[in-house]
Amino acid sequence: MGEQVTFKRKDYQTDQEVRWCPGCGDYSILAAMQLLFAEMGTEPENTVFVSGIGCAARFPYYMETYGIHSIHGRAPAVATGVKLARPDLDVWVIGGDGDMLSIGGNHLIHALRRNMGIKIVMFNNQIYGLTKGQYSPTSEVGKITKSSPLGSLDQPFNPVSVALGAEATFVGRTHDMDRTHMMDVLRRAHQHEGAAFVEIYQNCNVFNDGAFEGLTAKDVRADMIIDLTQGEPIRFGADGEKGVALNAFGECEIVDVATVGVDRLLVHDEHRHDPTLAFAISRLAQHPGQSTPMGIFRDVARPVYEASVQQQLAESSERDGAGDLAGLIGSGGTWTVA
Amino acid sequence: MGARDHCLLRVVSDAERTPRSTKRGRVTPDATSLKPEQLTQVVIRFAGDSGDGMQLTGDRFTDVSAAFGNDLATMPNYPAEIRAPAGTIAGVSSFQVQISDHDILTPGDLPSVLVAMNPAALSANIGELAPGGTLLVNSDAFEQRNLDKAGYQASPLEDGSLAAFRVIQVPMTSMTLEATKELGVKPRDAERSKNFFALGLLSWLYTRPVEPTLAWIAKQFAKRELVLGANLAAFKAGYNFGDTAELWEHPYEIAPARLEPGTYRQITGNLATAYGLVAAGQLSKLPVTYASYPITPASDILHELSKHKNFGVRTLQAEDEIAAIGVAIGAAFAGHLAVTGTSGPGVDLKSEAMGLAISLELPLVIVDVQRGGPSTGLPTKTEQADLLLAMYGRHGEAPMPIVAASTPSDCFDAAIEAARIALKYRTPVLLLTDGYLANGAEPWRLPEITDLPDISVSFQTERNHGDEFWPYLRDPETLARPWALPGTPGLMHRIGGIEKQDGTGNVNYDPINHETMVHLRAAKVAGISNDIPLVDVDDPDGADLLVLGWGSTWGVALQAVRQARAGGEKVAHAHLRHLNPFPANLGDVLRSYTKVLVPEMNLGQLSRLVRAEYLVDARSLTKVQGLPFRASEIEAAILEMI
Repeated sequence: MGEQVTFKRKDYQTDQEVRWCPGCGDYSILAAMQLLFAEMGTEPENTVFVSGIGCAARFPYYMETYGIHSIHGRAPAVATGVKLARPDLDVWVIGGDGDMLSIGGNHLIHALRRNMGIKIVMFNNQIYGLTKGQYSPTSEVGKITKSSPLGSLDQPFNPVSVALGAEATFVGRTHDMDRTHMMDVLRRAHQHEGAAFVEIYQNCNVFNDGAFEGLTAKDVRADMIIDLTQGEPIRFGADGEKGVALNAFGECEIVDVATVGVDRLLVHDEHRHDPTLAFAISRLAQHPGQSTPMGIFRDVARPVYEASVQQQLAESSERDGAGDLAGLIGSGGTWTVA
Repeated sequence: MGARDHCLLRVVSDAERTPRSTKRGRVTPDATSLKPEQLTQVVIRFAGDSGDGMQLTGDRFTDVSAAFGNDLATMPNYPAEIRAPAGTIAGVSSFQVQISDHDILTPGDLPSVLVAMNPAALSANIGELAPGGTLLVNSDAFEQRNLDKAGYQASPLEDGSLAAFRVIQVPMTSMTLEATKELGVKPRDAERSKNFFALGLLSWLYTRPVEPTLAWIAKQFAKRELVLGANLAAFKAGYNFGDTAELWEHPYEIAPARLEPGTYRQITGNLATAYGLVAAGQLSKLPVTYASYPITPASDILHELSKHKNFGVRTLQAEDEIAAIGVAIGAAFAGHLAVTGTSGPGVDLKSEAMGLAISLELPLVIVDVQRGGPSTGLPTKTEQADLLLAMYGRHGEAPMPIVAASTPSDCFDAAIEAARIALKYRTPVLLLTDGYLANGAEPWRLPEITDLPDISVSFQTERNHGDEFWPYLRDPETLARPWALPGTPGLMHRIGGIEKQDGTGNVNYDPINHETMVHLRAAKVAGISNDIPLVDVDDPDGADLLVLGWGSTWGVALQAVRQARAGGEKVAHAHLRHLNPFPANLGDVLRSYTKVLVPEMNLGQLSRLVRAEYLVDARSLTKVQGLPFRASEIEAAILEMI
């Protein structure tokens, strides 16, 4: 073992001026990420941040690591290529709700079901920011925007439900107003082997200011944020007076603990292989103003794609020997002309 | 200016052609002994229903002919539907092969032998059987229902309409049933072996070696005993039928061709492309990542490469075409020889990502196995109509080198060349093949591995600008930027599709910088013309007319030139492998001829490019029938222009 190298936040900061709007939630996410990297001591040169297009997608320019700012929606595919080629690298994908769930929805779900060892962090501000304020695939129905003056008609995605439906092996949710929680969820995502999906509620103070204020403001958090704690009954409220229980249909509902008793509460188990309960929990926040689960919904082990590829490569070399080009092109019936 | 202005010549379809005069009466071979009669060449077309196994029959016949030492060229032609309604013209599948005792360039214009397994196959192909040719039919299939499906009012075997041909009627189905009935095969299954009966009969007729086919059947069907037995029995029955039925006075023989000394194998274009990519990985000492989405006619490249993991080849079947190139771009960033393969519709989808690769200046090979378009077009048929797409099909000024393969085996070298350019210049490169090359086969003289080019690269390991690393600080000669791989300490950098500052690579919207970068990217690609061979002109007689081809028209254009020369005409021939940039001498070459003819399977795309680039009056001969040119078609255009 060599000398222990310690890193500071500034080791992950680039010389580029950060150009998000003043007050944007992205700043706090960037700070959380840089602090987390310093804490984890990840070598900057072994890390790659890949993004698509959107405000969030500028993120790689501000991380002193390797990075690709690719095209709209395709970051999970590009990151898949990096990880496939170099499984030793720490590969992260950063994108917004439009990038990940609209134009890039296909790549997101396939990266998750393949279980590529990439960490996908989706900043959800429920609006298109870079194009100056159109409704997004996570905007609530009826949203008045430049492209929906009479209110949007589209049913929004619940990103956590989408990820669970896409067979993701790690799904978490956090928000930009709680650095410690963000770092906890991102740390867990980093530790997970395989694809990780983290949704971060992020405030766009220009085009959708206060979208999550009813959840994340300090005075309402206790009632509005349902903390998911492994192995514990799901309870929230200032005195833990509220809880989550399953009803007769297998759906989650909010219950009064004093009325139903602690034993009726659902005990959170992020390691359950079947995603049914995780999905049921994800359905708790379908509309604005509802108490919303935060934390790790699911963290299960499944073969990791790039590791399986490496295994096939090794097995093929074992079985067939190292590639012999002359042998390959001369296979399948040759004849000689003298 | 419309396409019409420079497309004075066009190949007309058979439907547009006036009926040709036909020679009446039976054609009788001259020889009378049972010794095989020597032929210099023969063109055979196997035609049947999609379910009749004609591609397999043709492949086997080709394989044994290759192993026997003939020169050959093949042209499979099949419908896009896996199983079109049985017995209909839409469901006809055919396989044409020319075998010869000398060097040949094409699968032949018109077959001299047509094997028709049913009335639809006869109807779809009889128009192309050379007058006096031999028609071998499965007479069992000419019953009323099949005749109706093929649109025949009366059986063509009985109404005299085939009098121009030598018609050999063989009840292949019933003889196959008879030959297999002892085996306990159900009649419905036994009937499926009738293509092996046809193969056996043709094997006798052209004195093909039998052992390789018997061995192939035994290996291929080893796990299905009944099928194995039925196929063997049918093959032998067909062979023995030829030997005893006295339908022919004697069999024929085509002696091995006097090819250049060396070791040969038969190869299709898609297989050669796959081998070329494996070779490029070895020659560059880089692992290969091939990401692709299944698409006809390119999927075989993915299938083949997925077998060669022991060469360090990673294949990924992506969720869509865009993901496939995205994965390849990621792999390129991480230091692999990255490749994505597709056909025209996939190139459309990849165009934005190709622009990204141009902007990132990362090495990448995009294989486009061209097929008939637009849209879904003709998925299984060939065309060369993606040239302008390859050249211009991206927004912004987005130049990309283009390499085109000329023959099935040339796909091997073209793939290596595409990889060489990509790696050396840090640029995406389009490799154009087409459906004809992809599925067509020819003998390939195997290269010595030591003769293949060294295309190895060096990665950036040190900072290149004082104590900084500048990802866009270019090599002054090639204008290529450094390739610094993740994992290299001190060289962390971020690159993206946004315009970047020359040198530092930092995001930059300065107007003059953008103009500088646009010019630099263009100059980098244009400069490749100093690094590719000059175009070679074959002009033994000092001609006025130059035939200029590209891609898969090489063989047929040269054949047409040879035929015209045999008729006493002076014609020059040149062929382009590099379409962007063009070889440095192309302008001088074109201007040294008063007439330039460009045969191409599109509406004049190369002719348009050379007219624009060099202000020469290049005329296009166009054909967009989903089929390659016939030599006679190009020869006719040559004669018309002279």
